[in-house]
Amino acid sequence: MDVRQSNGTALDVEALNFGFDGAPVLADVTFSVRPGEFTVLLGPNGAGKTTLFSLITRLYESRDGRIRINGVGLREQPTKALAGIGVVFQQPTLDLDLTVKQNLLYHGALHGMSAAETASRAEEELGRLGMLERQAEKVRKLNGGHRRRVEIARALLHRPRLLLLDEPTVGLDVPTRQSIVDHIHALCRGQEIAVLWATHLIDEVAADDSVIVLHKGVIRGHGPLDRINRDAGGSDLGDTFRRLTQGSER
Amino acid sequence: MTPLHYGRCLTGIVAREGLRFLHQRERFVAALVRPLVWLVVFAAGFRTVLGFSVTPPYQTFIQYEVYIVPGLIGMVQLFNGMQSSLSMVYDREMGNMRTLLVSPLPRWYLLVCKLLAGTAVSILQVYAFLIIAALFGVGLPLFGYLTILPAMVLTGLMLGAIGLLLSSFIKQLENFAGIMNFVIFPMFFLSSALYPLSRMKESSVLLYQLCLANPFTHAVEAIRFAAYGEANGLSLGVTVAALVVFLAAAIYGYNPARGMMSRKAGGPAG
Repeated sequence: MDVRQSNGTALDVEALNFGFDGAPVLADVTFSVRPGEFTVLLGPNGAGKTTLFSLITRLYESRDGRIRINGVGLREQPTKALAGIGVVFQQPTLDLDLTVKQNLLYHGALHGMSAAETASRAEEELGRLGMLERQAEKVRKLNGGHRRRVEIARALLHRPRLLLLDEPTVGLDVPTRQSIVDHIHALCRGQEIAVLWATHLIDEVAADDSVIVLHKGVIRGHGPLDRINRDAGGSDLGDTFRRLTQGSER
Repeated sequence: MTPLHYGRCLTGIVAREGLRFLHQRERFVAALVRPLVWLVVFAAGFRTVLGFSVTPPYQTFIQYEVYIVPGLIGMVQLFNGMQSSLSMVYDREMGNMRTLLVSPLPRWYLLVCKLLAGTAVSILQVYAFLIIAALFGVGLPLFGYLTILPAMVLTGLMLGAIGLLLSSFIKQLENFAGIMNFVIFPMFFLSSALYPLSRMKESSVLLYQLCLANPFTHAVEAIRFAAYGEANGLSLGVTVAALVVFLAAAIYGYNPARGMMSRKAGGPAG
């Protein structure tokens, strides 16, 4: 954490380029996220959001560009860098046949936490999300919104300073979506966690969020909501988003 | 990262694999029924057809059922190794694999943990099979139940490493059916699991040589000798070498710089 403070940012992405089989997916992507900052990575499907997340979580690696997490280089010290990230992937990643608690214990073990420590952290995070009573239930019995909450609790178990969420509200109804968006905003402010939230839904952006508009692998706009609207000449975010991503249909 | 962290990670992965196995009763039943069918039905039919001279480690003539037990132990581990790899392809398509691979430990270590967990499950399956086989009157010498354990750890790891390697190259779950035809069956039949290689040599020298080159043959022989308290140096050596080669290739297959994960997961979604 001291490294983070010396550097001041939780996530630094610098001149990142990446492609599959010669076809570019991300081009010269540069941005940073500070502790306590909620950054929305906004882009249509196919913009490169998931690829960017996969690079930040080192599911694959780019030789071109740099990623630093809490001041630690991902390429130089991957395990130390990864220890500071919590991730909620776009696809559900819980074991359906295991209970909520068993899923969390597994995650704790992967992060080197003792069972007792995991259990107490799990109670804390599940309690915050109103899921404490469901600990002993198999994940299969939970609905989509509850499964997402478990995944959020899981991502926070090891107290990461950077939380990545890749379209975490896909497939959820409106009230559930809203409650998850609100919860993460509260976490971000209350605990000084840096959040990078990927979505293609503009209504998930709050007034004081930072916004990165990613389109075809290129950052088209980046900054606080009002500035990004002003720069693009949009009347609101919807208008700005349309202007910045025109011709996005593939 | 402390040794404690490494230890907890291993325990967590083995515990998860064990729990998943307990929940998948069909998989357990299939793992038991498969070798038992061979033992009870196939062996009964073949015992009169196949007769062979005394071969080491056996000191006397033995019943055919007794001969194929080590081969069937190998079969349990072979299927389990492939099934673990199937579950890894599934995990990758479903995303579970991601949670493992973003853990703050070296990737090779995470894969080795996964391999150890799969091996532990395969050993549980083998002992369950051996108990039922003993009830059918087909047993090992009493000490053999203990002496096969280290051999099975080694063979389980080696066969699991083949599965791990395959899982790093298989693009989709659908391709997995091919594994049955092109990996499991040839490995099983081109080995000493069901007949001594001396018999194979009489029929075809080429097939005999293929059997000799098959790491599964050596896995089965390592188990067979271990069951009688002996160590077959050649088989153990080949099994260790095969483990090293397959594991190294699998770790290379999961190297993030290769960027294979994404394409196999269906490409970038957004």
